[in-house]
Amino acid sequence: MDKVVYMDNNATTRVAPEVLEVMTPYFSELYGNPSSMHTFGGQVGRSIDTAREQVASLLGCDPSEIVFTSCGTESDSTAIFSGLRANPDKRHVVSSRVEHPAVKNLCENLPARTSTSYRTTMLKVSGDGLIDFDEYLEALNDDTAIVSIMWANNETGVVYPIPEMAKAAKERGIMFHTDAVQAVGKIPINLNQLDIDFLSMSGHKLHAPKGVGILYVRRGTPFAPFMAGGHQEHGRRAGTENVASIVGLGKACELAAQKMAEENSRVKALRDKLENGLLSRIPRSILNGNKEQRLPNTSNISFEFVEGEAILLHMNRYNICASSGSACTSGSLEPSHVLRAMGVPFTAAHGSIRFSLSVYNTEEEVDFVLDKMPAIIAELRELSPFWPGA
Amino acid sequence: MWLYTDTVTEHFQNPRNVGEIENADGIGDVGSLACGDALRLTLKIDNERIVDAKFKTFGCASAIASSSALTEMIKGMEISEAEKITNEDIANYLGGLPKEKMHCSVMGREALEAAIADYRGLALPTAEGEVVCECFGVTDIEITRAIKESNLRSVEEITNFTKAGGGCGKCADKLVALLRKSVSEGLKIVDPAVKPTRMTTLQKIKKIEEVLDREVRPGLRVDGGDLELIDVDGDLVIVSMRGHCTSCSNSQTTIKQLVEKKLREQVLPTLIVEEDK
Repeated sequence: MDKVVYMDNNATTRVAPEVLEVMTPYFSELYGNPSSMHTFGGQVGRSIDTAREQVASLLGCDPSEIVFTSCGTESDSTAIFSGLRANPDKRHVVSSRVEHPAVKNLCENLPARTSTSYRTTMLKVSGDGLIDFDEYLEALNDDTAIVSIMWANNETGVVYPIPEMAKAAKERGIMFHTDAVQAVGKIPINLNQLDIDFLSMSGHKLHAPKGVGILYVRRGTPFAPFMAGGHQEHGRRAGTENVASIVGLGKACELAAQKMAEENSRVKALRDKLENGLLSRIPRSILNGNKEQRLPNTSNISFEFVEGEAILLHMNRYNICASSGSACTSGSLEPSHVLRAMGVPFTAAHGSIRFSLSVYNTEEEVDFVLDKMPAIIAELRELSPFWPGA
Repeated sequence: MWLYTDTVTEHFQNPRNVGEIENADGIGDVGSLACGDALRLTLKIDNERIVDAKFKTFGCASAIASSSALTEMIKGMEISEAEKITNEDIANYLGGLPKEKMHCSVMGREALEAAIADYRGLALPTAEGEVVCECFGVTDIEITRAIKESNLRSVEEITNFTKAGGGCGKCADKLVALLRKSVSEGLKIVDPAVKPTRMTTLQKIKKIEEVLDREVRPGLRVDGGDLELIDVDGDLVIVSMRGHCTSCSNSQTTIKQLVEKKLREQVLPTLIVEEDK
């Protein structure tokens, strides 16, 4: 197979052809500044309004609650810092040990970032990656300024009960943020009926380009801009709008709404076929993360006694793209913080591979991967001093 | 994604001497599953000569390639010669390793030392030191040795070469202390060598050619490349790449990180190496 078999959609996705098509004019003839007084610029401003409506429609909220940003990380930082500023007397933050670095590194370093003595509770997870709801409730107290929990985990696909967690926070007068970068487009979301104050999403995870994200800010939620500057986004996000990408993100949200059923049926069936096939064909392979409470597209499997980077590079020879939680792939020396938080043993953590599918994957591709993987793992196990034999 | 040389990729995809020698004369086990890489080296030794070497490695592409390269290098070698192999030699044989992956070559050298010590029935001196990095079980002796041998100058470099400090990071202060100590000791040792900076051009050329022959060309030739000394003008050393090296996108890195480094260490610390364009 000469073509690329792309199963790394939790890292980034291809830009949908329909998305690229609506973006193109904004790189050529429609170059006006949406803030300008003339019609030439003003028409560009109207296209941003349309995109805002498309995003709001997917998320079930009002367009005025959508702020365009540059990426998921910016949205996360903006939300959490806003929550802290809105509650100057509170000194406690609740998050989890399996958050994306955009949230985890921020929450763990709040005192250094804010010159204020914050206390942070990073909630533990069970062996299959779930958060104990009672432990969550116990962590909430009068001093808690904001909670930030991801809707779905990028490495395992495990989905957290965000509606219930947000409700519990609201009942206690605590602000609630969720990083929904992996969840949007795969899980139905209706923000109007939920108690979420802030929600982050990223364009490039759902077939829009890199470099654009959104932050949902619930109407009435106190908000502090992240950057000082102009009046764009109604004073909530300064800086000239990334028009083409915003237009593309709007279109991508429209497509995501149309394809959500397919994600949860055809893509899920492909994922299940891949997962069951790998687990049955390859001995000493283990599924990471809760099998039920999970995104339809993600499968994280550990192949014991072999190392992830070596697996990925052999897969690369067949143009199969995936990710690993191994230490060696990142340049750090420790395996994935998510797998470690779950207590996955080192024998398995170093050999973990994450497959993440999209609507562009085919059954032929799944069969191809199922055909190649057993030999790749067997070959590396032959080299491994720890492999006890089949 | 890591930028591996073609030699690394080739050894990773077609590793040489995989397996375990039965009734081996020397066995070297280093690393662990927890560390993310481990190597078992087995040697057949006859009359102080390594007649066969095999390996089994758990680890990334560069760990597998380093192990494969090591076995190729030492097969047929006298033990007294094999003892002189450094991690840099292994990395050079592979045409270089990404700096974050240098610890893979260190693992190769450690396994070789362990196997030779096992053959001789001796204890490993590096195992006797005090553990500085708890996460990866690295001792002060190992760290100090890496600092001196590879001329390390920062905590980051120590981590790249030995893994020490790459886990929780709590030992960073101790690493800085070891670095300071080694550097201050090192300066005293280096000083006399630095003094005779007045070398004649002929002396320089002779010395440079020696170092190129011994340390640089064997590694390049593995890749079908070579290097020619064009001119020496004061501290400026002009070289020209030959063979496959002329079309290699890494040639500038090779010149600066391999050639210039070696010449500065072994000829004159002030030398500047440039490619003849």
